Amino acid sequence: MSVVITEPNDHEQHDHEHEHHDHKPAGIKRWLYTTNHKDIGTMYLVFALIMFFIGGAMAMVIRLELFQPGMQFVEPHFFNQMTTVHGLIMVFGAVMPAFTGLANWMIPMMIGAPDMALPRMNNWSFWILPFAFLILLLSLFMPGGGPSFGWTFYAPLSTTYSGDSTALFVFSVHIMGISSIMGAINVIVTIWNMRAPGMTWMKMPLFVWTWFITAFLLIMVMPVLAGVVTMVLTDKYFGTSFFDAAGGGDPVLFQHIFWFFGHPEVYIMILPAFGIVSAIIPTFARKRLFGYASMVYATASIAILSFLVWAHHMFTTGMPVFATLFFMYATMLIAVPTGVKVFNWVATMWRGAMTFEVPMMFALAFIVLFTIGGFSGLMLAITPADFQYHDTYFVVAHFHYVLVTGAIFSIVAAVYYWLPKWTGNMYDETLGQWHFWCSLISVNMLFFPMHFVGLAGMPRRIPDYALQFADFNAFISIGGFLFGLSQLIFVWVLIKCARGGVKATDQVWEGAEGLEWEVPSPAPYHTFETPPVIK
Amino acid sequence: MAQNKPLIGKLLLVTLAMFGFGFALVPLYDVFCDITGINGKTAAVAATGDNAIVDTSREITIEFLARPNKDMPWVFKPEVHSMKVHPGEIHIMNYLAENPTGRMIVGQAVPSVSPGQAALYFNKIECFCFSQQQLAGGKDMLMPLQFYVDPALPAQFNTITLNYTLYDVTQAWAAQQPQQDNIGE
Repeated sequence: MSVVITEPNDHEQHDHEHEHHDHKPAGIKRWLYTTNHKDIGTMYLVFALIMFFIGGAMAMVIRLELFQPGMQFVEPHFFNQMTTVHGLIMVFGAVMPAFTGLANWMIPMMIGAPDMALPRMNNWSFWILPFAFLILLLSLFMPGGGPSFGWTFYAPLSTTYSGDSTALFVFSVHIMGISSIMGAINVIVTIWNMRAPGMTWMKMPLFVWTWFITAFLLIMVMPVLAGVVTMVLTDKYFGTSFFDAAGGGDPVLFQHIFWFFGHPEVYIMILPAFGIVSAIIPTFARKRLFGYASMVYATASIAILSFLVWAHHMFTTGMPVFATLFFMYATMLIAVPTGVKVFNWVATMWRGAMTFEVPMMFALAFIVLFTIGGFSGLMLAITPADFQYHDTYFVVAHFHYVLVTGAIFSIVAAVYYWLPKWTGNMYDETLGQWHFWCSLISVNMLFFPMHFVGLAGMPRRIPDYALQFADFNAFISIGGFLFGLSQLIFVWVLIKCARGGVKATDQVWEGAEGLEWEVPSPAPYHTFETPPVIK
Repeated sequence: MAQNKPLIGKLLLVTLAMFGFGFALVPLYDVFCDITGINGKTAAVAATGDNAIVDTSREITIEFLARPNKDMPWVFKPEVHSMKVHPGEIHIMNYLAENPTGRMIVGQAVPSVSPGQAALYFNKIECFCFSQQQLAGGKDMLMPLQFYVDPALPAQFNTITLNYTLYDVTQAWAAQQPQQDNIGE
């Protein structure tokens, strides 16, 4: 299916045009009208960073309130809004746009394409996003407050017991969904049709592969999310009874539909991370990736399995034993392809000539800490044990290990890894190491003790707690504040690197391989106008 | 690029199909639960009970729970809280409903059987839950339930709990007053 993009006799004319083409509109218009994949990628990444700090500020409010038992700073209703909007912003505003930004920047450069396949749609899919989050954030200032039913918006919390901000919540989720779907279609069409001649499927870098599979997950589950929020909207305002038992509906149905979206969604947030780590480890181990083909198949199997495990979030709803057994075993099965990946990364490093620059440090931390999150996931998959863990801080610890030290660490690793290619300057290695070590220590102070308070029975999403959890929570909160502060170092590194520094070579890293390292640093506004030759 | 269009078309089709699938899950869920009985929903139509053979060798305890929903002002309770029955035997159980308010209220009872797998074997010949019940302010009434337990009930079940939640559906009832029909049937 690979297609040659430019007709041979057009080349010279194109190249000629290009010397003039690099002039882009100045100021804000450049960013509003741009269809350039690098500009759009940058906007996605900056947007994600801003959202990361807004969502992070909400997490600080949560940790401040939980620093001591009793009610200190915020009302319970506001606390619930913080947990809800923190979750929504981090999932849909930080992690997903950051991955889309990386996809925009890197996929065309990795497959030797001049741009994304649908550049105008690309502009749209970014620019509707700020409005979605503006709507969501403004809803916090409505009379009655913003959404407070948890990011999972279970019925009847979101239907019968919610405020009028629910309508804005639903509308903003619709916009986020449309944005993600457009982004995903763009990624699929780009990878399918715009690979350079010779870039066969099994030559694609793993970041491209994992994003290709992620994009399919996105177009299959984001519409289901759009459907379920629509049902919540009509249940609340238009008298339908999808989830209302009085009208013949069933609140448990909500959970089935939501988690049919929700479980593949967690793989949407981790598969691109696998691709990033699979790019970084071989570079700094100076060896080829071990088991490339098995990595591709493992990614595909995780994606397929992700559709068959949703009800492991619902073990306590009173499902029949057969169903809980099915979902328990299917969930545990996911550990097999995931284990293949971890094995391959470790095998790649085996006897490699490793160096430990910041991207490698974050990638290594990813492997260890994501695996911890994977193991607590396996514990949660055990149905009878889940009855103890359900809705406790153990769950909070689990998904923050896979999302913060998993997804976010991989994004940070990717930014350090490709930043010299984007800016043309090396980042400050010393500051980067400081950022890494501060983050590593504080993130474990923050999330590791949550396992223990969770096992001891502290429920999640509650602004107060029993006295015996006080010391642990004070410790966790200190970890949280330190982790938040550590991210300011990251911003410092980014600004410093964007403004100057040691010039980066084209290859940047000694062991780096791939098309993106063959273009100059910083990457010119237009790359691969003429498709590269792939050997 | 022309060759992009067919692919975009297919991907949009997948997107639309999955949006539809989200809604299709609603009837699918009901059908699935009807067949397997796993969510404790009993049949919304009457069973005949004609050809049931009474199995006197087994005794099943039926527990009755009844509660009005929080917005429902009626008093609502069963005459007795449990009874022992033989599978196949037809029994009548009365529920007392009392409307302490000054206005007419329409109620709809929604049954749920626990354990869920036993729901398929709990058969109702006649039930007040099959239709909406009207009760004028200050009045009370007895609402009958006629039922039997299917003798095919698997051996591991010896207690079945039947719970009714009563909802105030006066507004919905008033809205469809011209073509007033019984939604339960």
